[in-house]
Amino acid sequence: MSPVIFARSVAGGGGFSLPPCDVAEIEPAAEIDPEFLRAEAPLLPELSEVEAVRHYVELSRRAYGVDNGFYPLGSCTMKYNPKINEWAARLPGFASLHPYQAEESVQGALELLYRTEKLCREIGGMDRFTLQPAAGAHGELTGLMIIKAYHRHRQDLARSKILVPDSAHGTNPATAHVLGFEVVEVKSNEEGLVDLQDLKACMNSEVAALMLTNPNTLGLFEKEIEEIAAVVHAGGGLLYYDGANLNGIVGVARPGDMGFDVVHFNLHKTFGTPHGGGGPGSGPVGVKEFLSDFLPRPLVEKKEEGYYLDYDRPLSIGKVRSFYGNFGVIVKAYAYMMALGGPGLREACELAVLNANYLRHHLQEDYHIPFNRLCKHEFVASGQKQLAENGVSTLDIAKRLMDYGFHPPTVYFPLIVKEALMIEPVETESRERLDEFITAMREIAREARENPDILHQAPHSTLIKRVDEVRAARQPVLRWPGWGTE
Amino acid sequence: MKFSPHSPAEVEEMLASIGLKNRAELFADISDKLKLGRDLELGPGLAEMELGRHLKELAGKNMNLEDYPCFLGAGAYDHYIPAALDQLLLRSEFYTAYTPYQPEISQGILQAIFEYQTMICALTGMDVANASLYDGASALAEACQMACEGSRRRKVILPATLHPEYLEVVKSYAISGKMEIIMAPEREGIIDKEATLALLKQDSACLVIQQPNFFGCIEEIAVWEKSVHAAKALLIMVVNPISLGLLKSPGEWGADIVVGEGQPLGNPLSFGGPYLGFMACSKKYMRKMPGRLVGQSVDSNGETCYVLTLQAREQHIRREQASSNICSNQALNALAASIYLSLVGRQGLVDIATRCHQLAVYARRKMESYGLPLKYPRVFFNEFAVEVDDPARINQLLLEQGIIGGYELPGALLLAFTEKRTRAEIDRLAALIGGECR
Repeated sequence: MSPVIFARSVAGGGGFSLPPCDVAEIEPAAEIDPEFLRAEAPLLPELSEVEAVRHYVELSRRAYGVDNGFYPLGSCTMKYNPKINEWAARLPGFASLHPYQAEESVQGALELLYRTEKLCREIGGMDRFTLQPAAGAHGELTGLMIIKAYHRHRQDLARSKILVPDSAHGTNPATAHVLGFEVVEVKSNEEGLVDLQDLKACMNSEVAALMLTNPNTLGLFEKEIEEIAAVVHAGGGLLYYDGANLNGIVGVARPGDMGFDVVHFNLHKTFGTPHGGGGPGSGPVGVKEFLSDFLPRPLVEKKEEGYYLDYDRPLSIGKVRSFYGNFGVIVKAYAYMMALGGPGLREACELAVLNANYLRHHLQEDYHIPFNRLCKHEFVASGQKQLAENGVSTLDIAKRLMDYGFHPPTVYFPLIVKEALMIEPVETESRERLDEFITAMREIAREARENPDILHQAPHSTLIKRVDEVRAARQPVLRWPGWGTE
Repeated sequence: MKFSPHSPAEVEEMLASIGLKNRAELFADISDKLKLGRDLELGPGLAEMELGRHLKELAGKNMNLEDYPCFLGAGAYDHYIPAALDQLLLRSEFYTAYTPYQPEISQGILQAIFEYQTMICALTGMDVANASLYDGASALAEACQMACEGSRRRKVILPATLHPEYLEVVKSYAISGKMEIIMAPEREGIIDKEATLALLKQDSACLVIQQPNFFGCIEEIAVWEKSVHAAKALLIMVVNPISLGLLKSPGEWGADIVVGEGQPLGNPLSFGGPYLGFMACSKKYMRKMPGRLVGQSVDSNGETCYVLTLQAREQHIRREQASSNICSNQALNALAASIYLSLVGRQGLVDIATRCHQLAVYARRKMESYGLPLKYPRVFFNEFAVEVDDPARINQLLLEQGIIGGYELPGALLLAFTEKRTRAEIDRLAALIGGECR
């Protein structure tokens, strides 16, 4: 491994300097009671700029991004991140703005937020959006807060339950629980879709909402969405759209037209902003008109003199983070939407769906695919066959893929498929890349039959081998223990 | 522009190879009634040159801080960002990667987070730090939930000296019904001691203290540490990370949970985001902490390596039992914070914090020389409120003179001073405010 940066530290070796001080150089202790001052400077690294730069360049070489290769992580939509978007977010006119500047001095930023909201409305078929939530899960939290506030406002206080399909992302039940709802799981039917009978049985006057991903986590479009919406609405509940899989329908169909009342988008998935190694993302939330009063404040509005921030929203749930959201991410998503335009966004969706079906079709001979029919942007294969016949697990297959130069798919999710391999190829992968992946997957299936040990021991070509995760959890070492021992 | 690489011929071949005639058949499972049946009204799509022009035009309608000195703080600060930092952030192995779920090919990102956690522990004096949360305000909301969970109590005491947006965010989260918010009043710019001591009871989950507080004043801590812990409640501190180059760390004060806005550490102001919320706690509460954690381990060859750990706390395992729904971190912003702390280093952070303080002291003296009193004549770090009759009018005047003024408080302007400000800028600021208020 690369030594930690602290191990490269040399006492007194820092390279940073400030310009000469042109005001009185008062000792802090002359103004601040020493009781409030630090006795010793924090133990941070001390090294030259070149050593710091080399350290981080070295770390970057031990990472794998979309720019390195194929990244078929199901439900994560790892599409190419256009470079002009990085340029745009770094323009001083965007990057060097303080959030509390006077409105008249940030008209361009407000205009960009206003325009992005309009684009989101059109894409979602919704009436208003907030751009404040910082991530998809944050969007879910915001959406359920709005739903809770709405029912409370109507004095419908018995609605304490959230329905969640058994195929849902973990964030759905977690969000509901965090906000004090009880979670009721709705079963999937043999087609992998919401079981309408079970939904009807679960629906009653205590249900606040159903959270649904469409296409669902199996990559299948919920064909009966209109009936689902009718059941939920007839029971007085609302319909929440988890936008994780929007890339499978964007430009072709809209959640608003399907009966959804609240939606969240993931700008970092569908709209091409980079995932950053785990964040920042952005999770705008859209609502139908009857819920718009509950959106977080402020919203950007326009009047004759220009754009302004409207805080005067008495029914608003308040704020879910400071300021106006992950503005820098929103700039990138806006650039993406404008680059593709209406026809481009639809074409991107079509090609994402084409790529997924192409992979599904060409992998079905070697891998079990439990719901093997037309999918949207992703599908779920399974390592069940390899496990039963060769004693090779999905984890082995995933690890072996790294030896072939690919990032593995999402594994062991959704929970309703055993040994799941959730594959989302996205539209920015060429046929050539897909064919390389198919070849690798076939080769791995052959290895499973002929030499399973190669898979059990995989990966072979990476810098480190499989990690002892149990030890990490049982004897947690969460910071460098080395200071003091040196 | 398009970013998909397929040629029209390839599309046809791929469709044929899976037995479909045309693209429309890819959506045969969606009823025609639900299909949009038209193009989204997003425009025709722009070429890169057109797009660049359009974005530059929008950016050009803003007054940016590279052209205008800024005295705004109030939770987001205009610190210098070393040139090397952005060059490193543009390494696309970092920014185009997903969460490091596959440790074998993600050691670089995992190690960077591990180092970030170590640096946050060093700054705050706490045992454990997570991989970061969305921002300072939501990190505080998470900390309050964590305190309620940890103490099995529901009363959260928030001071009137807290950043108003932080207060508003905690209030929003309290719609869960799991937290009850009690307000501790302010007196002369800090927490009202007597009134707040009376609020602290055996059913209090936690007391929150922002240090320095929203008005820039330094709060007493020792008295609160003693009384909070006597009530078996938790002490949560909200801190400015740059101030920790000078000020005593929350760990030394005896805080249980520490959160704050990490933006000042190498992240551009960017009109309010993306930023990062940092969170650290004492070992006792480690398993109650929300968010990602990276731990050190070994691989099957015994090599030291890093991996996401203690995931049993997290939503994808605990689902409806989870106490937080967070399933990401602000990884790239946390990376920026680590790179920043590495570039400025141990002494650099102390120097920067000292300079901010010196410039603020200079500014106070300058303001006083114009007869402008502080709203709260107390000890501060780099921010204070100066009394003026009409803060909005003063800000307008400053803007006309090419200066981005302060945060408007009732009858005062809250002014912040970073190492980027110069004596000449402060002289001009004071002269303009002083001249106007005379």
